[in-house]
Amino acid sequence: MYCEECKKNPATVHLTQVFNGQKMESHLCEECASQKSGFMFDPANKFSIPNLLGSMFGSNYSVQGMPAMALHSTCPNCGMRFMDIKQVGKLGCSECYKAYNQELEAPLRRIHGNSQHLGKIPVRGGEKVLVRKQIEVFKNQLQEAVRAEEYEKAAEIRDMVKEMESKLL
Amino acid sequence: MSITDVLNSSYIKWMDTQAGDRDIVVSSRVRLARNLNKIPFPHLLDQVNGESCVQQIRDAWQKAPGPILAAMDMISFDQLPALDRQILAEKHLSSPLHADSNSIFRAILVNDEGSLSAMVNEEDHLRIQSLLPGLQLGECYSRVQDLDDEFEQNLDYAFDENRGYLTSCPTNVGTGMRASVMMHLPAIQMTGQLNHILQNIGQLGLVVRGLYGEGSEAVGNFFQISNQITLGQTEEDIYNYLQTITEQIVEQERLLRERLQTDMKYQLEDKIGRAYGILSNARVISSDEALTLFSDVRLGVDIGILKGISIFSLNELMVAVRPAHLQKRTGQDMDAIERDIKRAEVIKEKLGAVRE
Ligand SMILES: [Zn+2]
Ligand SMILES: [Zn+2]
Repeated sequence: MYCEECKKNPATVHLTQVFNGQKMESHLCEECASQKSGFMFDPANKFSIPNLLGSMFGSNYSVQGMPAMALHSTCPNCGMRFMDIKQVGKLGCSECYKAYNQELEAPLRRIHGNSQHLGKIPVRGGEKVLVRKQIEVFKNQLQEAVRAEEYEKAAEIRDMVKEMESKLL
Repeated sequence: MSITDVLNSSYIKWMDTQAGDRDIVVSSRVRLARNLNKIPFPHLLDQVNGESCVQQIRDAWQKAPGPILAAMDMISFDQLPALDRQILAEKHLSSPLHADSNSIFRAILVNDEGSLSAMVNEEDHLRIQSLLPGLQLGECYSRVQDLDDEFEQNLDYAFDENRGYLTSCPTNVGTGMRASVMMHLPAIQMTGQLNHILQNIGQLGLVVRGLYGEGSEAVGNFFQISNQITLGQTEEDIYNYLQTITEQIVEQERLLRERLQTDMKYQLEDKIGRAYGILSNARVISSDEALTLFSDVRLGVDIGILKGISIFSLNELMVAVRPAHLQKRTGQDMDAIERDIKRAEVIKEKLGAVRE
């Protein structure tokens, strides 16, 4: 049997479609069938992540009033400029996230619909978060001690704060 | 067992078939992207930082604070010939991008059965993954998470309270997690529903790719579906969502398979029988043709038209007929024609062996 559409190739695809209770059969070659079912494989379009990289750090930046400086400032750790990041679509190192924290806010929202992490916290990173919170508590106690003129106690607390801060390094 | 065994055998854990929904969901995978604090990301690595990065990861592996890392093997890519690196990619343990170079900064860690692995210096310093048969996203996550915990005891991860795990590309920041399922959807394709379903998946914030990841073609009706968003959701939310959508697609595929069996019984049996006929008699066969016919045969096995062929052997064949695996088997370089001949031989051997 030959393909009903092109009448050249052998019919290898046999489709049955039901329209309003009426059965319609078609016998097609693969090529015509793929056109008929509207399915054409298009890797650039449907199967790969949409090319976000170009639009990620979109041009609407300047519109949003980002200081022109940021484009030319560099990451103190790896030397990437924000304009390099925009071009490559990749950051240079972990410190870039700090250096360009503000500039990243809008792109992250655009990509993820969100900019605040809610998932797993590493045990180590988590420790630091705890230490930082403890330091805050001590600093408040320190101020109170100074206000109450309890200088001996204040000195003790100051030592503890120093010790805790050394843990963060 | 060592990495040599993984390279020499065509077996890997995800080919096992006892897991749930394995007739439609071939395998599940969860991958976490991790980087080391302050060390430039792989695309900026120089000699000094590159060596330091690999050394830190090697140390963390050697210290092996738990049973998972202790059971893994690590090998640097300058120790692996191109063919072996390609074999890792064909098994889905490495990526085409990663396997592409023999850089001394690149390496792979893998356990015996290939269910856990880690790429060193692909797009991120560390990409760890768990790859299991069938629909098992929760189990994948729990395993990859345990490996992550062991690594973290000796690695200073790049992490920020607000942005989460910091990655070289902002599309992975946050959880750094990509969960994916490999699905076989022949009925959805045959009934012309594919476009419709793919569009829906896209609107649901998921991404569809072909058999071998980014930019690869959807040969043989195999589709990889994964989450797009990594920031602002918990890991559990991400894989549970993918699980739910996957189950809905599975249901749709099952429904259409049933409909095909009633509405197109003869055509379907004909198609499947012909596919089996070609596969077991061909003398020269291309990779694409083989994968397309595997899809028909697989469907035939799933719905009980073909008996005596195991899904396991079809899973194994899908990898065994890839170029690097064929060349590893014969132990020599082969051109395309030689591979097509060898491929037909391997298929005949495997399919013939399971059918009396
Ligand atoms: Zn035609
Ligand atoms: Zn940087």
